[in-house]
Amino acid sequence: MPLDNVVFWVFAPVSVGSAIVMLTRRNAVHAALLLVVNLFCLSVMYLLLDAPFLFAVQIVVYAGAIMVLFLFVIMLLGVDRGDDLKERLLGQRPLAILLGVGVALELFLAVRAGVGLSTRAPPGFAEQVNADGNTQALAEVLFRDYFLPFEVTSILLIVAAIAAMVLAQRKAKAVTQAELDARAGGEVPAA
Amino acid sequence: MRTPISYFLILSGVLFSIGTVGVLIRRNALLIFMSVELQLNAVNLALVAFSRLHGNLTGQVLAFFSMVVAAAEVVVGLAIIVAVYRRARTVNVDAARELAG
Repeated sequence: MPLDNVVFWVFAPVSVGSAIVMLTRRNAVHAALLLVVNLFCLSVMYLLLDAPFLFAVQIVVYAGAIMVLFLFVIMLLGVDRGDDLKERLLGQRPLAILLGVGVALELFLAVRAGVGLSTRAPPGFAEQVNADGNTQALAEVLFRDYFLPFEVTSILLIVAAIAAMVLAQRKAKAVTQAELDARAGGEVPAA
Repeated sequence: MRTPISYFLILSGVLFSIGTVGVLIRRNALLIFMSVELQLNAVNLALVAFSRLHGNLTGQVLAFFSMVVAAAEVVVGLAIIVAVYRRARTVNVDAARELAG
């Protein structure tokens, strides 16, 4: 069995398993840590697909920055508030799982029809496309063909940062604490 | 590279479906958000797999852009969740019903 096959069959079940277990955890911190496991498995898949730069970016940006942000917000909002697992809409969960299985089946059939189950990627990707290294080749495509979209993403990031500051800032004098308590106790049912 | 490309695409499809189910069954806004992240990552895997199949780096560049957009989306989404939590004192999406008719 070739090595990349072994690596795939080690990490693919782990990623699917961690994703499924993530959905069944009540504790948001456990779910976040399982998502980190899943993201690491996906980064290994990028390595198998000859994309070492995205492998590094996946670990630094997703498993590092984004998940730390998630954990920070979970801590900020209180970890002890589990999701209530009581069903509100009758039959929503079985229907959702049925739908999920249907989507997976549909995608499987689409892949079988469109790509073919035993199609292998042509050899020589590492020698030809990634000739001077994946990062250099990617930079050439990014800064030559996709330079304008790249600049637009920088605007997007600035807008997102400002939006986060505006949304999350505390408005000091808008309501008194008594009004807040009354609102929390009266209109909105506690979770 | 002996692993067929379709294996990666099927793995991506399975993860996307799990993310879909997560969005539908969880009521905690943070967990719904994590499921959306799972879906985004599944699509990224498909993009990179197609990039490898066609011997073209455009798919990897697109996955890179998708990561940037996902980062921006996470920042704004978490800020909205924090703002909703300050107002409603819960992250349960069923409890935030001030606008319900």
